[in-house]
Order: sequence, then structure tokens, then C-alpha cells
Amino acid sequence: MNKILSKKMFSEKVACLEVEAPLIARSRKAGHFVIVRIDERGERIPLTIADADIQKGTITLVVQAVGASSTRITQLEPGDVLHDVVGPLGHATDIQKYGTVVCCGGGVGVAPLYPIVKAMHEAGNRVIVVLAARTKDLIILEDEMRAASDEVIIMTDDGSYGTKGLVTNGVETVINREKVDKVVCIGPTIMMKFVALLTKKYDISTIVSLNTIMVDGTGMCGACRVSVGGKTKFVCVDGPEFDAHEVDFDEMMMRMRAYKADEVEAMSKLNA
Amino acid sequence: MTLEEIKALRSEPWREELRKAVSPKERGAIERVKMNELTPEYRVTTFTEEVNQGLTKEQALLEAKRCLDCADPSCMKGCPVSINIPTFIKNIERGEFLEAAHVLKETSSLPAVCGRVCPQEKQCESQCIKLKMKQQPVAIGYLERFAADYERESGQMQAPKCAPKNGKKVAVVGSGPSGLAFSADMIKLGYEVTVFEALHEIGGVLKYGIPEFRLPNKIVDAEINVLREMGVNFQPDVIVGKTISYDQLHEMGFDGIFVGSGAGLPRFMNIPGENAIGVMSSNEYLTRINLMGAGRGLGDTPVLKGKNVAVIGGGNTAMDSARTARRMGAERVMLVYRRSMDEMPARKEEVHHALEEGIEFMTLHNPIEYHADENGRVNEMVLQVMELGEPDASGRRSPVPVEGKTETLPADLVIVAVGVSPNPIIPNAISALETSRKGTIVVNEETLQSSVSDLFAGGDIVRGGATVILAMGDGRRAAANMHSYLSAR
Repeated sequence: MNKILSKKMFSEKVACLEVEAPLIARSRKAGHFVIVRIDERGERIPLTIADADIQKGTITLVVQAVGASSTRITQLEPGDVLHDVVGPLGHATDIQKYGTVVCCGGGVGVAPLYPIVKAMHEAGNRVIVVLAARTKDLIILEDEMRAASDEVIIMTDDGSYGTKGLVTNGVETVINREKVDKVVCIGPTIMMKFVALLTKKYDISTIVSLNTIMVDGTGMCGACRVSVGGKTKFVCVDGPEFDAHEVDFDEMMMRMRAYKADEVEAMSKLNA
Repeated sequence: MTLEEIKALRSEPWREELRKAVSPKERGAIERVKMNELTPEYRVTTFTEEVNQGLTKEQALLEAKRCLDCADPSCMKGCPVSINIPTFIKNIERGEFLEAAHVLKETSSLPAVCGRVCPQEKQCESQCIKLKMKQQPVAIGYLERFAADYERESGQMQAPKCAPKNGKKVAVVGSGPSGLAFSADMIKLGYEVTVFEALHEIGGVLKYGIPEFRLPNKIVDAEINVLREMGVNFQPDVIVGKTISYDQLHEMGFDGIFVGSGAGLPRFMNIPGENAIGVMSSNEYLTRINLMGAGRGLGDTPVLKGKNVAVIGGGNTAMDSARTARRMGAERVMLVYRRSMDEMPARKEEVHHALEEGIEFMTLHNPIEYHADENGRVNEMVLQVMELGEPDASGRRSPVPVEGKTETLPADLVIVAVGVSPNPIIPNAISALETSRKGTIVVNEETLQSSVSDLFAGGDIVRGGATVILAMGDGRRAAANMHSYLSAR
């Protein structure tokens, strides 16, 4: 049982939870994720760790309401408990001094990007963050990112904040302006696909963190498998980070739709 | 147990009397009992009701009479944990069912589980003297289950006695059969035992893998509860090597570590179309349904359903998957196996039950490609027709493709059950740990001690894929050897 200590709604569908998990807080590194189960009926959901506080023994999770279990998690309040939190899982990000690193993200992907931005910056890199969202209200963690990086570029689809345009426009602006040694991208699969295409054009090494469907998260089921460089990999034990230029994003997007119909049905039941 | 001890028990007056009461000839004339089963028509409509219903008292009393109570019981040699088989059976014969259960529990911490899932026909029963007499072997497995069930249902389940605490602590990684057997022996010896389990449920493969129609969860839980009563501390949601490191276990004061983390990674065949939606490992399929309650109205977790389901493989997991698919409402369930019926590694009983439940066996077929519809969902499989060639390293005749002969069949759900590889988390986390090319932990075959002296290992993480009872045997052997190692230190 893991108690929720505080909660912030980033948007109508996205909640940021500070959760008691002392052992995980101590052992986690940037890039790691956990599996969470809300209660006896809950699905096991993978969530990347957005932050941790060893002193307080807490980790921070950002959850987007997608299916029944994730929606119910976003409705929890401080004092409520998560039945299970297990981790940290996956490989940690390979943090090195690369030079100039562009960290870009969108949606809830910005949350797991944050510890990587911090760690890259602490490792002595010049870190430029590109945050993208449909509209101003959906930009999250802007202040935290500004405090942990050298520069933050905001992109919105509707131009309501920052520059009007997509994440790729923001990244390309930086590439045209200065030498970029590494790109890290976490966001919707389609966003990662286009960032990967862009940086391939410029031949810049790029990491993506994948958030596929998982059940156990420890390598047991293979639900999370993706093709990387023509080989089948398990996101939970081989990833979650991979060389963006090797990932078959089209196959991944197709596989992510496996339970779309079930999600829709579960949501309509939940709302009824 | 030494031969002298076995003989001493056998020469107790009540045993002598029992042997004299019925002549061997009369015992030989009794026919082997048949397990009471639910009808195939009914059982495919239920997930939780067991196919095998167990023996009645009368049936058990009669079956126990068939046992000749041999002076040198060969059946015990066939048992990986050397249960004192004649002693428990003779206790059944004299009507002391609880005593029979106690005899079982001296050596096996999970008798109700073993009575259900052990391949007795390859172990104890295969060594029964009656086979040499051209008779059917004693139904040892059925009787084991009877005694264990009787004790549980009597409400007089007794936790075995434990030695006074010896002040030493041991950690167990994984709560499957090997970890549970290890824990039972160590707690009896006076150790403080903590079991760390990665999943949210205790029981490992007994919970996520074996379906309830073969092994109900309440049976597993009852046996785990006995261990709890004995003082074993179970910690779910902890992954040793991730949540806590090997060094942290030492900081926490653990003197010895037993790793029974199992063979977690499912194998795939690396054929075109295998990543289509609707192609999944048997681990995923069974975990969703058994552990998460998918498709049974027990939770939020979904599972894909199919009209035409293909299960690839010929082991017990393949049978479990096929029979589960039938219960999930599939119209047609095909079991695709590349060799013939004779080479099939599944238990005979499972094959028999699967056939009764209408599973179509497509032996000498091997998938080579899957096709998908415009949404990426699998809709067809292409099968290569095979024939048997020369025997391979395993002694089984190896299948070879019949050139140019393929078949394409509709399949909207494909469950791949072609084996598993060892879970890499522990080997990756402890660099000094010696592993094999296959990724299993290398141990001394006698003592099960690894290259890291305070770490012992057993079950599938060492064997790469075996049975519940072999894993339990490992757990017991590791306990005995770790006890001598820690006592000498």
C-alpha cells in the first residue's frame, strides 16, 4: 500500500501525484518507471517516475486518464492509497557529458523528461528543452524545466503561448542555430516518430522512451514488444529507452491500438 | 529419511496388522480408481471449477488398499522430495486421514498443489512395483490430493512445528514453488524468513500460470497461509535487483539468499507477422486471465478474444492456454505442434482433457507466418507441414518440413507457448554471479550454491524450464545445504 501525499491537476485529464515509496525513491534513477495498481480490481499500469525525494521517501508520478484504471487513479485524493507500486523498472538513462542536449517532449511525456533534463544538466551538458502542447493550458512543468535547464522553448499548435508550431519546428530551430550532440524525446508515439525522422536527417543521435502496453513490467509477458533495428525487444527489460532511429514507430502505434475498443467500452461504463 | 527410518515406520504394529489383513492377491484384484471429473460439456463453461473433483472417502480407502506396502518402496525414489509414500497411503487405508496429511507435510510444503500438478505418471507412479506385475500403478497423486484436501476441509490444518529461532535471517527471491519449499524448511529450522515477490500476488507460476480449473487459487492460498502462520514474512511488489540490491540485503542483515526467480521471459519464433495484434505469449494470455481476472468480470484488465484461436506448442502451458481459450468462448481452438502426439511433452492427463474439451490437435504443423487485417489484427496463419526425421539431442525424432507443403488457416488470436528463458533481472544485478550461456544461474549440482557463496538458487532460474515438483525439490535441497553452510560459518 502506498499513500498519496499530495496531488496537483495539470489539466482536466492529467494528475500529478506525490506517492510514498521510500525504497523506490532511494533506488530509482532518471529513465526508470514503476508499475502501479490502484486496487484489487485495477490494471497494472506502467508510469515513468517524474521525480523523487529520498528524504521524504516519495516519488512523483504523472498520470493521464486513458482507460478505466488510469482514470480512477487521477480521481484519487491525498490520503488515498495505491494498492501496489513496484519498481524501479527498466534501464536508467545513459547520462553522460555529450555537449549540447535537446530534450523535447509533449503531453505527459514531459513528466518523465524532467528527471532526464535535471540529470543531463547536472552532468555538465548545455540543455535546451522544447515543450510542446496543443494549447497553453496543456504546457506542464514549465517552471521546473526552466530551473533545471539552460533554455526552454515553448511550442503550441494554436500559438496561444510561445511559438506557434510543432515540437519538430522548435527542435529544428535549435539545430539550425547551434551544434546539437544529443536529442532526447518523450511524448506521443507520433511525435517521437517525427522527431526521429528530423534528427535522422541531421544525423544527430536520439533517444526515445517508449510507453507501450505492459502487464507485469518485468519481462514476463512480452505485451510491450517493439521492433528495434529489425529485432523484437521488450520495452520493460530492454528499454524503455531506445535509439530513436532504429524503432519501428508504425508497428508500435499499431500495437498500441490493441485494446482501444476495450478502453472505450470501459470508459463509457465508468462514466455511466 | 534413511532406509532404517523407513523400515522402522513400516514395522510399527498397526502397519504389520494392516499388511496381514488383506492378502497381496486381494490387493492386486482391486482396479485402479478413476478420478471423478466434471463433464467436458459443463466444465468448458466455468473457469474456477476444477475439472478433477477428487476422490471420495470410499474411493480413497479402496485405492489405498491396492498399495502393497513394499519393504523397499521404489515409489519414493521417483519422488523429487522423497515423500514417505507408503506411510501416508497406509494411514489412509486405516482411516487416519489427518495423519496421512501430516506425513505428506513432513517433506512437502504444498501437498494439495503437488497432488494436482505433479506428473506422477513420470515420477512416483512410474516406479510403482505394480507396473512390474503388469498392473496399474497405485494412484499416488490422487491419494496425496485426497489427504491434503481432507485436512484443509476438516478445518484442522496444522502448521508443522518450528525449531526455536536461531537468530539468522534468510531472504528468498520469488514466491513460486522453489521459494515456498525453501521457506518452509528454513522456518522449521529456526531461521527468520522473508520472501520478496515481484508481482502483487504470492505464489508465482502457481497463480499467474496454472489456471484455476486445474489448480484453484484458494488451494494455493491455503498452503501459503500455513507458511504465514509458521512465521514466513511475505513481501509482494519488491524486486530484488531493482527495488533493493544484493548489497542492501546484507545491510538489512540477511545471512543467506535463495533465488527462485523462475523462467520469466517468453520465447517467440521470430517469424513474419508475429508482432501483429492478437499474437501473444502464453504468459501474457494466462497472466491477464489468471492473475488479473481479465475476461472474467474480475477487474479492469482486458484480454483479446478470438473466434479461431491457435495455440502454438505442445507442453502443459500450451494445453492450459488452449483450454482457457475454450472457456473464454472461442468457437474453434487449434493446438499447433511441430512434432507428433508421441513426442508431446504435456502430461497425458492434460492432453486427454484438452481432447475431451474439443481442442483440435494439429500435430506435425509449424507456423511460418501470420497475416493481419487493415487494423493490424492477425487473421490468418500459414502453417508448414512437417514430418518426423532422425532423433535429435533430446532423443525425440526431430521434425523436418515437407517441402512445398503449407496450409493457410483463419486465426484471430494466436497464443505462443514455445518455452521460456530465465529471468535476467538477478543475473544482471549481481555481477559476480556466474551464469550459463542460456542465462541460467550456475550452481553446484549437489548443494545448489552459486559462485557467490551466500547465494543459492533453484527451480527454473537454474533449470531453464521444468516442473513444480522439481523446483520444490531444489528449494528443499538448497535449504538443507544453506543450513549446513550457515551453521559452519
